[in-house]
Amino acid sequence: MKRIYLDHAATTPIAQEVLKEMLPYFTEFYGNASSLHSFGREAHNAIEKARAQIANLIKAKEEEIIFTSSGTESDNLAIKGIAYRHKELITDFEGPHIITSAIEHPAVLETCKYLEQQGFRVKYLPVDKYGFVNVEELENSISKGTFLITIMHANNEIGTIEPIEEIGKIAKERDVILHTDAVQSFGKVPIDVGKMNADLLSVSAHKIYGPKGVGALYIKRGVQVEPFIHGGGHERGLRSSTENIAGIVGLGKAAELAQQRIESDAAYMTKLRDKLIKNITENVEESYLNGHPTKRLPNNAHFRFTGIEGESLVLSLDEKGIASSTGSACSSKKLEPSHVLLAIGLNEVEAHGSLRLTLGRENTEEEIDYVLGVLPEVVERLRKISPLWGKKLELEEWKKKLEKEERKSKEIELR
Amino acid sequence: MYSEKLMEHFRNPHNMGELENPDGVGTVGNPICGDLMSIYIKVKDNKIEDIKFKTFGCAAAIATSSMITELAKGKTLEEALKITKEEIADALEGLPPIKMHCSNLAAEGLKVAIKDYLAKKGKY
Repeated sequence: MKRIYLDHAATTPIAQEVLKEMLPYFTEFYGNASSLHSFGREAHNAIEKARAQIANLIKAKEEEIIFTSSGTESDNLAIKGIAYRHKELITDFEGPHIITSAIEHPAVLETCKYLEQQGFRVKYLPVDKYGFVNVEELENSISKGTFLITIMHANNEIGTIEPIEEIGKIAKERDVILHTDAVQSFGKVPIDVGKMNADLLSVSAHKIYGPKGVGALYIKRGVQVEPFIHGGGHERGLRSSTENIAGIVGLGKAAELAQQRIESDAAYMTKLRDKLIKNITENVEESYLNGHPTKRLPNNAHFRFTGIEGESLVLSLDEKGIASSTGSACSSKKLEPSHVLLAIGLNEVEAHGSLRLTLGRENTEEEIDYVLGVLPEVVERLRKISPLWGKKLELEEWKKKLEKEERKSKEIELR
Repeated sequence: MYSEKLMEHFRNPHNMGELENPDGVGTVGNPICGDLMSIYIKVKDNKIEDIKFKTFGCAAAIATSSMITELAKGKTLEEALKITKEEIADALEGLPPIKMHCSNLAAEGLKVAIKDYLAKKGKY
């Protein structure tokens, strides 16, 4: 059976060029970068080359890049690192304050929730129906105690690209540090940390055809971060641990490739993305696009379908060889639907019927045609099974109907 | 995550659809949580003569609905009321712990449909 991978927001395959670059660092150049001998120097030089490759892609300086194990670790280091360094400096009687958004990745949201337990105050900004943070509300939320704004560059579910340059301008004017989680946008849309006025920016390798288990954090020169991994003082003392040389080499090479191909990849994927969006929303009854029609990642198409549930849709598509993703609760370890979809104003039933298709550079137009042929059949089949399809009951009416049935059932005592 | 048996019931659910003029209907679940089942029954001589279902939900919800219709068909009402969530899960060669509520829902749906039938017959 034909297999089509449309879940590149989850992870990407390692590019051949990246793998080729990495392989010698497992067997031939296996030195520890901290060693003084030639083996160590080879490893050290490889790290510095990768640092430059990443810095080039985001228009930063080499010394402003710190390697980590993942985007999640980068987010943790940025937010906790800034928080712990600044906590004692805050004189506002209301306490230290962080501003973030309701649609951040759990790596940011859970870190903020953890900091709330440590005495920090966190403002979770709402978003509009497209997923945009309201910049005016953000500005009004800044208080004397606000030391950090952490807003993602692009949303991992619905693909909306946030107005980070505008937010960065405000952060700079108000002397607040800005961190942005750019894990989804890195390598897909141009990033200029200077134009963004970003002080910290998180990236990950495996979303851009690099290996899993390696990430990086941009820290603007002069920004003070408290480390939370202590040891041998690697990465300017900010992240002790013997470096994952092959992984770092892979991240560097993936960044270099992304830089070379960023425009052509974006143009190609935008074409496929828009074909998916146009055909699905036009040809599948009661299907809708989530996120902004144009201010979105070039590879992200996110839909919702009335009357069906996302996990069933993902598994049905998998049966046809198509790998996709959903924000439905049933596919996750929690039984709550995606916080992002609820935050953009969808009700729980609408959020359950979601489907994320994320493209990669290896996807072809023929594959998209296959998806467009298969998807309507799959949706139709699931709708035939669904008691919600064709019944024009609103959510509130369903709640009342079910409550009534439950009462009726409880009233009847089985003998 | 799911057994092959469960996936088979998800791919090809048995007794899917609605019955015309059912003797009893049970709708359970909560669309907010992502699961909603309607079980329809026809009863003859105190036995479930025909049974169908419609389900909005995940693969486990669809498969457990399909399985309960298989397990209940032809049984007396008393026998059908005794079907447990564990039996449904076992018949599907297991369910992930987080999905056990789906088999509970299927058993509950059948129970509500039988109660509906009994209430209509004035047996309460």
